[in-house]
Amino acid sequence: MGKTVMKKGKSDFSKRQRRMAYVFIAPAMFLLLLFLIIPAFMALGFSFTDFYVLTPDKMEIVGIDNYITLVSDELFWKCLKNTFYFTVVIVPVEAVIALGLAVLVNKKSFGRTFFRTAYFAPVISSLTVVSILWVCLYNPNDGLFNAILNTLGLPSQRFLRSADQAMNSILLMSIWQGVGYQMIIFIAGLNGISQELYEAAAIDGANSVKKFFYITLPGLRNVISFIVVYVTIQAFKVFTQPYIMTFGGPQNSTRTLVYYIYQQGFQYKKAGYASAMAVVFFLIVVFASMILKRLLIERD
Amino acid sequence: MGLKRSRILEKIIRYTFNIILAVIFLAPLVWMVVSSVKPEINIFADMTSVKAFLPIDGSFDNYRTILEKGEIVRTMWNSIYYVSITIFVGLIVNSMCGFALAKLQFRGRDFLFSMIVALIIIPLESIILPLYFMIFKFKMLNTFFALIAPFTANCFSIFLFRQFFVDIPDSLLEAAYIDGASPLRAFFKIVLPLSFPVYATVLILQFIEHWGDFLWPVLVTDDKTKTVQLGLQTLFTAPPVHYGPIFAALTLSTLPVVVMFIFFQKYYVQGIAQSGIKG
Repeated sequence: MGKTVMKKGKSDFSKRQRRMAYVFIAPAMFLLLLFLIIPAFMALGFSFTDFYVLTPDKMEIVGIDNYITLVSDELFWKCLKNTFYFTVVIVPVEAVIALGLAVLVNKKSFGRTFFRTAYFAPVISSLTVVSILWVCLYNPNDGLFNAILNTLGLPSQRFLRSADQAMNSILLMSIWQGVGYQMIIFIAGLNGISQELYEAAAIDGANSVKKFFYITLPGLRNVISFIVVYVTIQAFKVFTQPYIMTFGGPQNSTRTLVYYIYQQGFQYKKAGYASAMAVVFFLIVVFASMILKRLLIERD
Repeated sequence: MGLKRSRILEKIIRYTFNIILAVIFLAPLVWMVVSSVKPEINIFADMTSVKAFLPIDGSFDNYRTILEKGEIVRTMWNSIYYVSITIFVGLIVNSMCGFALAKLQFRGRDFLFSMIVALIIIPLESIILPLYFMIFKFKMLNTFFALIAPFTANCFSIFLFRQFFVDIPDSLLEAAYIDGASPLRAFFKIVLPLSFPVYATVLILQFIEHWGDFLWPVLVTDDKTKTVQLGLQTLFTAPPVHYGPIFAALTLSTLPVVVMFIFFQKYYVQGIAQSGIKG
């Protein structure tokens, strides 16, 4: 008898709890549905239409026409190439520098907090601020970089105004700005490696280099894979830097995928066409991160 | 003896690298702050020497110019306003969802959690057109609502909350339930007081992210709701361009982030580190 009462009480409670659970998740679910999931499906839907922002009532379904146009759009391929180039360079370079910085500031020593803060300072400055700042530094006439080059007896460069150098100039700035973030993740990863492994290796007479390649790197495997995936996703979204620093030029050398989506969708009002691009962009991000995860994450 | 010498050598190498790198990383920012207190003609005239990094003939004239124009201060208030509300609403909505995913029993919970983790990957940029269209249909363009509403619920924040709440012992909650507390009461009386660290982490991550918002505000703001980053961009592109005041504005606009960072540094760093280890 007592047992059944308890059972009844318990099931009442779990029913109530279940009901409460829905109250807890409802606001977030509603907002995610409205502002994330529905727009995602809308983007897919728009991509099969000739949606022109100024005449939304005349929208018609055009099948895969937008995707066909996309394939033959040379500027789209150019933007894709630029975005890939940006990503393929920034991911390994940032990862290697971040790991180097983490190793430099990981050991307890005088001034460690200062150096750590110095490497991290650009991260909390906004992309807009650092972009404006670096446009001044890159100024071909009286910028800091040319002042340094001239002092060293080297000729001035045109940096952002040269189709050959603009993307690399943006890359250099982006690495400077972002690498501190990755450093923090690496520091956490380094602290997660058991100290005993290093002690055991020291007893076996391993030097620092050996310790790094046989203990540190394998111990950081998951952290490295996270950073590679994270930076890849971030890099594909590059927009603010070209928007502020170069307007996508010179000669489209810094026009990126998101920049082109923005132009087609909002400047030329071709929402249907831009949506097709957005879908392709999304698929690339998802596939890239899935493939990288597959390749990098340790299988149990 | 040899060991000691190699240790000293290692120290020297490490400090040399650290000092060179610290100079590289700090130089642009130091230059920005130093230039903000210089008369405009000196900023570029000093560039060829080390004077570029010294506040010679310093004054606050550039700041006075900026403050008198009022534009940047106004956009900073706009940003503080919409970022604060986004974060405040977000903390409530996301932490409640995270709590349910961690500690309440309901059908489809595991599925929901894995879906939220999967949704983290959807970039804003890929849904920005329909989102804009939606805000347009709601007749909410150029309002603060447009800046706030789409970003209150955040899958990554929910994930962080859930991971934190999972580690709270069940026994604490069960004790409260036996005393007759509802899950809502248990959440406010027991979970909240224990959870300052995760709230601080989400707060500072969101603050730094949204303070830097750029693409979305470009689309949905007008002069009245303009955010600080757009204010900077206008200052930089709309003639007449005066570099002295620009550097003052860049420095000024970074101050709120620096202040927030100083207060929440520990939690920010924890949040970043956590995302790498648990993600």
